[in-house]
Amino acid sequence: MIRYQLLEELVPVLQGQLVVCNIGSPSQELYALLDQPSNFYMLGTMGLCSSIGFGLALAQDKTVIAIDGDGSVLTNLATLSTIGNNRADNFILLIVDNGSYGSTGDQPTYAGDRTSLAKVAEACGCGNVVEVAASMTADALRSAIAAGEQTVIVAKCESGNVDVPVIELDPIVIAERFAAAVREPVSR
Amino acid sequence: MPTQTDQEIIDSLIANKIRFVTSVPCKQLSGVIELVERTDSLLHVPCNKEDEGMGLCAGAYLGGMQPCIIMQNTALGVVVNSLATLIQFYHFPLPMLISYRGEPGEKVACQVEMALHTKAILNQLHIPYYHFSEPAQVNRLSSILAHAQMSRKPVAILADAAFWSSAQ
Repeated sequence: MIRYQLLEELVPVLQGQLVVCNIGSPSQELYALLDQPSNFYMLGTMGLCSSIGFGLALAQDKTVIAIDGDGSVLTNLATLSTIGNNRADNFILLIVDNGSYGSTGDQPTYAGDRTSLAKVAEACGCGNVVEVAASMTADALRSAIAAGEQTVIVAKCESGNVDVPVIELDPIVIAERFAAAVREPVSR
Repeated sequence: MPTQTDQEIIDSLIANKIRFVTSVPCKQLSGVIELVERTDSLLHVPCNKEDEGMGLCAGAYLGGMQPCIIMQNTALGVVVNSLATLIQFYHFPLPMLISYRGEPGEKVACQVEMALHTKAILNQLHIPYYHFSEPAQVNRLSSILAHAQMSRKPVAILADAAFWSSAQ
């Protein structure tokens, strides 16, 4: 299962949730599968998805799902210790770990070799760290949302991308509609 | 030990409804950071590196909190991409309270190296900066913070050694 197929299975779970999505292919694939105002697409700034998502979770009460990648997490590994030491029970970090830099031509990352991001997250103080097969990711995410506890999910999947268009939304539009979705009262 | 000037900085943050503060320490900033940590209305989340801090600030802003980052000028060597492709590209306000190391009064020679580039980097990025070299200038801070929030841009407050050493 590659990232696109994994995201496809997540669509019903992500609907209506605040989602901060990683730069490049992950955001483009999510945009193609489920565009919604409560998606924050990163158009640049590799590595900061987890940090943006965590800042958002600390600032307000709604559940935040940050969809990051193994290559990007390796770029900003220390943020796992910020996450591990400042608890926000509305924060779920989903690391789609395909062992490669997908957006740049599937070059291998060290996470696909000897580095375990789940063990790194645990060592950084993160609680509720689970490593799951790609096909189990939707269930793991559902459970994490229901549990209402800070969770890190490392979803192991295969390397590969599908051909989807780039995101043509203006960054200010992305930010404005996202901030409005954050402010919207919870209807459930 | 925090000084009266450190307290005036905190008062300006609060007066401008800043709620989220991230920091990477500098010796000169220790008093301010101590007060940020102690102030109930400020959520202080120390970060490991300043680009990470800018990500946290962007998220906090999207969540409805006005952010501020406290860091040393050496950090400008780290954050150029984050400023250009996140803070400026998405129009996020971000006051940066910066200890401006490497100006006259500096004891560490290496600090002078990044001081040489500090204003050049800010100029290159079209980020307005305000150079504080005496404590009385802290009375401008509040309007600078308001300016960053109004214009939704990053601004830099460069507070040098003379500012911190003569703070009471």
